Amino acid sequence: MLAFSLKSVAASAAIALASALPAGAVDLQFYFPVAVGGGAANTIQSLTDEYLAAHPDVKIDAIYSGSYQDTITKVITAARGGNAPQLSVALSVDMFTLIEEDMIVPFDDYLTSDEDKAWLAGFYPAFMENSQTGGKTWGIPFQRSTPVLYWNKQAFAEAGLDPETPPATWEEMVEMGQKLTKKDANGNVTQWGVRIPTSGFPYWLFQGLTTQNDVIVANNEGNKTNFDDPKVVEALQYLVDLSGKYGVMEPGIVEWGATPKAFFEGQTAMMWTTTGNLTNVRTNAPFDFGVAMLPAGKRRGAPTGGGNFYLFKGTSDAQMRAAVDFIQWITAPTQSAKWTMATGYVAPRPETWETDTMKAYAAEFPPVLVARDQLEFAVAELSTYENQRVTQIFNDALAAAITGQKDAATALKDAQAQAEAILKTYR
Amino acid sequence: MSRRHWIQAWLLLLPAMVFLIAFTHVPAVTTIWNSFFSTPRGRRPSVFVGLDNYERLVADPVFWKVLGNNLWFALGTIPISILLAIVMALFVNRQFRARGLVRMAYFTPTVLPLIAVANIWLFFYTPGFGLIDQILGWLGFGQTNLLGSPDTALPALMAVTIWKEAGFFMIFYLAALQSIPPSLTEAARIEGAGSWRIFWQITFPLMMPTTLFVSVNAVINSFRMVDHIFILTGGGPDNASSLLLYYIYETSFRYWDTSYGATLTVVMIALLCLIAIGQVFFLDRKVHYK
Repeated sequence: MLAFSLKSVAASAAIALASALPAGAVDLQFYFPVAVGGGAANTIQSLTDEYLAAHPDVKIDAIYSGSYQDTITKVITAARGGNAPQLSVALSVDMFTLIEEDMIVPFDDYLTSDEDKAWLAGFYPAFMENSQTGGKTWGIPFQRSTPVLYWNKQAFAEAGLDPETPPATWEEMVEMGQKLTKKDANGNVTQWGVRIPTSGFPYWLFQGLTTQNDVIVANNEGNKTNFDDPKVVEALQYLVDLSGKYGVMEPGIVEWGATPKAFFEGQTAMMWTTTGNLTNVRTNAPFDFGVAMLPAGKRRGAPTGGGNFYLFKGTSDAQMRAAVDFIQWITAPTQSAKWTMATGYVAPRPETWETDTMKAYAAEFPPVLVARDQLEFAVAELSTYENQRVTQIFNDALAAAITGQKDAATALKDAQAQAEAILKTYR
Repeated sequence: MSRRHWIQAWLLLLPAMVFLIAFTHVPAVTTIWNSFFSTPRGRRPSVFVGLDNYERLVADPVFWKVLGNNLWFALGTIPISILLAIVMALFVNRQFRARGLVRMAYFTPTVLPLIAVANIWLFFYTPGFGLIDQILGWLGFGQTNLLGSPDTALPALMAVTIWKEAGFFMIFYLAALQSIPPSLTEAARIEGAGSWRIFWQITFPLMMPTTLFVSVNAVINSFRMVDHIFILTGGGPDNASSLLLYYIYETSFRYWDTSYGATLTVVMIALLCLIAIGQVFFLDRKVHYK
C-alpha cells in the first residue's frame, strides 16, 4: 500500500515537473577554456548571450573552465561521473584521448543534409587535420591558431636593424638576435634577442622548429612518434643553442604566461607565441610592433593549435541538434569575425575573411592576416593516443635538454623509448 | 552495561563513523583494490593484473625522482619552519608596542589561500621584471631564472612553503609559551640561570608536546601541500620540482591512468602511516606531559 502510494506520488510529481517546463526547451552546458591574455572569456560570454537572445527555446550555460589543461580534466571528470557537458571547447589534440575514453560522438550523424556537408567542407583543411580521423569528424575548429613571431620595431631601430624586416630564416633570427641582445655595464643582459617560451607545453612551439626542419613528430593515426629522428635532434639543438651557444635567449625554462608581459616590458625584442595573443599585444604594447610568420629552416612551417568544439555522449537528440546549431552559428562569418577581432585567433572558415568587416579590419591592421597566411605551411599539432602522457614525455625531454640535464640526442632517444612503450598497444 | 546504553553509545558514534567510513575507510580500501587492476579505458574494461602496477612503480624513474624530491622538500622545509616558528613565538610573547600587529603579520600567510600566495610569489620569481630580479638589478646582479632551472626550482617552492607554514606553527608555540607558568622562569632566574639556559632547560622541554604535534603536522603537510606547484612550476623542469602527490594527481587526472594513480596512492599512505607511527613512538619518550 505504502509502496503503491509512493509510486503514484512520484509519477504525478514527474508529470507536474515535465509540464512545468516550456515545450521543447533545451538545456546545454558549454565548457570553454582561455589560454591567452585579454578579454577572451567575456567575448565568448557575450556571443553566447547574443545567441540566447535570438533563441528563447534554448538555454546555454557557458562555463569558463580555466586553461586547456584544466578543461580537459574537468570534462573527463564530469563525463566519468555521468555528468558530461553537452558541448565543450577542448584542445584539438585531445581528440584521440576522448575517442579512446568513448566520451564524444562524431558530428557526421548530425550533419546529414547536403547543406550541412557543404558547411563542413568550408573549413581550412589545415584545421581539419586535427579534427578528423577514421573518416569521421570529431571536432569543429573554433579557437584555432598558429604561433607567429612578434617583433618590437623600436628595439630593431635602436639596434640598427630595419624595423620593417623581421628575420626570415633561422640564421637571420640568430644574427638579429645577437644585435638585439643588450647588456648593461656589469655585463648583465637587459634585453634578450628572442623568446621562445618553454614552460608547460614546450612541444607546441618546438613543433614550429621541427616542421621548419622538415620533419613530422607523429603519424596521423596517433600511434607512432618520431621523437628521435636526427632532424628533431637538430631542431632541439638549435633551440638549446639559442640560449647556450648564441646567447640570444634567456637560459632555463622560459615561462609561457609571462611572455607577452616580457615583450611589453622590453625584456625581449622578439617573441614566439600564439596569434591568439594578437589583440592583447595590440592593446598593451607601448611601442610599434610587427607580426611575421615563424622564420624558415629548411622550409617554412608551424603547427596549428588551439581548441575545437566537441559533442559529448549521454546527450539527448534534441540537445545534440541544438548544440550543432549553436556551433554553426558561432562559427558563421559575423560571429567568427567578432571573435577573431577580439582575440587574434584565426577565423577557421575562408568565408569569414571575405566579409566586409574582416576586410576592413585587415586593411587597418594587416598583422591579423599573418597566421591565416601561414596556414599554407602549417601541419597538425602533435596528437596521439594517451595524448597528455605522451606529450608530457616529450615536454620532459625538451626540458631536460634545455636545462642541460641531458644532451638533445639522449633526451629524445629516451622519450621515444617511453612513447613507444605506451603507443605500441594502439597499433 | 544495559542494552539501552549499548544502543545509545552506537547512536552517538554513528554520525562520526558514517563519515569516517564513507570518506576515509571505503576510499582507502577501494584504492588498494584498484591498484591490482589495469586502468579501464572507454573501450577496454579493467582486468586483474596482480602486482604489475607495483612492478611498474619500482621501475618508474619519475616515481623515484618525485619521492627523492619529497624527501628533500621535507628535510628542507620542516626544520627551518619549526625553528622560525619558535623564534617568532618567543619574539611576540614579550611585551612591546604593536605586538598585535606583528602577531597578525606573522600569521597572515597562513590565512591566505595557497593558490593566491603562489600567484604573488610567481611575480616575485619572474625573471627580468619580477621583484627579486628588480632588487638584484639595483644591486648590480644579473637576471635569475629560479623556477626555470632544475637546481633552484625545488628550493624556490620550499621558500614559499616555509613562509606559509612558519606563521601557522608559531600560533601553537605561542599558545604553549603562554601556558608555561611564569613561576618556573622566575624561580630559575632567582637561582641565577641565564635566558639561554632557561630556554633549553625549561621552555623547550615544556614545549615538547607542541613540537611533536607540529612536526607530525609538518610532515603530513610536506606530502599534502602541492597547490603551489600547479601555479609556479607545473612540476618542471623535467620533474625537478614535482612531489609525490602532484605526480599522483597528474597520473590520475591528467593521464587518467587511475590504477597506477591508486598504486602510487597506496605507497604514499603506507609511507605516511609509517612516519606518523615512528614519530609518535620515537618522540613520545622525550615528551613531557603534565
